[in-house]
Amino acid sequence: MLRFVFTRLSLVVPTFIGITLLVFVLIRLIPGDPIETMAGERGIDPARHAQLRKDYGFDQPVLVQYGLYLSRLVHGDLGRSIVTHEPVISEFGTLFPATIELSVCAILFALGLGLPAGIIAAVRRNSIFDHGVMGISLTGYSMPIFWWGLLLILLFSVQLGWTPVSGRIAVQYYIEPVTGFLLIDALLAGDFGAFRSALSHLVLPMIVLGTVPLAVIARMTRSAMLEVLGEDYIRTARAKGLPRSRVIAIHALRNALIPVVTVIGLQVGVLFTGAILTETIFSWPGVGKWLIEGINRRDYPVLQGGTLLIGAIVMIVNLLVDVAYGLINPRIRYTR
Amino acid sequence: MTAEVLETPVVVAQANAPPHPLLQFWSDFKANFGAVAGLVVIVVLVLLALFADFVAPHSPILINNTAFLKPPFWQQGGSTAYPLGTDAIGRDILSRLIHGARLSLLIGIAVVTLSVVAGTILGLVAGFFRGLIEIAIMRLMDITLTLPSLLLAIVIVAILGPGLMNAMLAVAIVLLPHYVRIARAAVISEVSKDYVTAAKVAGAGRLRLMFREVLPNCAAPLIVQATLGISTAILDAAALGFLGLGAQPPLPEWGTMLADAREFVLRAWWVVTLPGLAILVTVLAFNLLGDGLRDALDPKLKR
Repeated sequence: MLRFVFTRLSLVVPTFIGITLLVFVLIRLIPGDPIETMAGERGIDPARHAQLRKDYGFDQPVLVQYGLYLSRLVHGDLGRSIVTHEPVISEFGTLFPATIELSVCAILFALGLGLPAGIIAAVRRNSIFDHGVMGISLTGYSMPIFWWGLLLILLFSVQLGWTPVSGRIAVQYYIEPVTGFLLIDALLAGDFGAFRSALSHLVLPMIVLGTVPLAVIARMTRSAMLEVLGEDYIRTARAKGLPRSRVIAIHALRNALIPVVTVIGLQVGVLFTGAILTETIFSWPGVGKWLIEGINRRDYPVLQGGTLLIGAIVMIVNLLVDVAYGLINPRIRYTR
Repeated sequence: MTAEVLETPVVVAQANAPPHPLLQFWSDFKANFGAVAGLVVIVVLVLLALFADFVAPHSPILINNTAFLKPPFWQQGGSTAYPLGTDAIGRDILSRLIHGARLSLLIGIAVVTLSVVAGTILGLVAGFFRGLIEIAIMRLMDITLTLPSLLLAIVIVAILGPGLMNAMLAVAIVLLPHYVRIARAAVISEVSKDYVTAAKVAGAGRLRLMFREVLPNCAAPLIVQATLGISTAILDAAALGFLGLGAQPPLPEWGTMLADAREFVLRAWWVVTLPGLAILVTVLAFNLLGDGLRDALDPKLKR
């Protein structure tokens, strides 16, 4: 097992170095002088310009610049935002819990609906329910979620007035951040009004972000269940006289869940893509909205640092999924 | 895997001939209601796109100062001159949607063509030459796959500058790894087969082996992935348009139309709902078609 983990790790390190190189090169490719971009419209006098070029190391050869970039990176220095002058890493750290809270709730929503829907669809194969689930999930998979968000706002916020249009919590509440997750912090503070407000702000973005994973999970669960239900040991279990519900819940589901768990892990990248759009629509104060604002303000350190951090997070989660997969399913461990 | 399926009819042609592979494919495909529905929608969209200039009642960029935010004809205040209403600066929504079909199909086809051609060549090269070249190509693809697709596209557009062309290029790069992986995997499984060895013995050169012998036998998974890729390309390009990084106004791209419409969500439902519905229907049609093609082309998945 340890060897399996080390093999996986040894594959991750070059990928991470590759990402740093890619991000470094991509940002270098942006046309225009970085110092002038930082100075903005006001312009800058030549002496100060030369000084800043030296300070930032832009007068060094590109390879040396990359080395400097890596050494700063190792020390946790991802540069400072051109707009706010705050370190990129601390801005990311403040906003990231909001994105996680939204993403975790979205995945729970997707699992809560997708797993049962997929199981029932597989058990009642070719029934109306099955066709309905497959049709809806393909529609969900094809959904432009930025439009889906606007539709839900139109219906629930504008027409019915049930949910707020944007933000994370109503302005009158202030919750001291402990975990950074508003739902938990509100409960810790014992403020149920704040909890309800946070929950009502969360519902629509959660549905929007959870839609694509929901569709993927429902489809994946159905096809994994269908495969397992056709196995010999299922027939044996039925022939032994075990009740159908027990065979489905214990024998079939446990094996069918293995590919489903992998698919959920691989949804992390999809979730970030979705978070960028969802957070923009609902003005959710997370890293997705922060990145889009960074682009619109031409705040390149934010874009560079944010991309690197998100890439690293996706990579780590994929690694954990891989290792977890090896733990659940010993066949994988030994064949590679 | 598909090779055997395609070749068997030739061998047993005299005895009790099975249907021609294309006929077999068509009868499988026809039985799939969703796939046929998807195909019909796509044909209609293609016709609309081709004849947009004749079908659309107005010019997509013509501004009418006397008709701001007119509702569709069935609502009070609407008129049949603008069947689906007008947007905030008095342009006909129906005409913009029809011309938008032209843009979206163009985006989907151009992006996927670029991506499939580049990806297939890279995949063939990686699968044939192995060694260092393969490692370099596959590592680069792994890195591209690690970054969330929209984020990578955004970074590329940030470098190249916003605009339809750059957005298309960005989406093509994001889709690339899928085709490289499929082509490489298919090549590796095909290369060890007898017909390739036979061609090699017959003196076929590397290029001939790659493009004339192996490539046609890897075509099925590439075709399926390409169809599904069109829907991803349309969706991602629309998302970039929505974020203001794709097609720029006044181009009637559906995502860009949605971005313009966002502030009117409270008073004019039609400017918000209709472009998104167009995206959904188009993407769904390509996904249905892709699923149908996969079921018909890949006998392993037949259930």
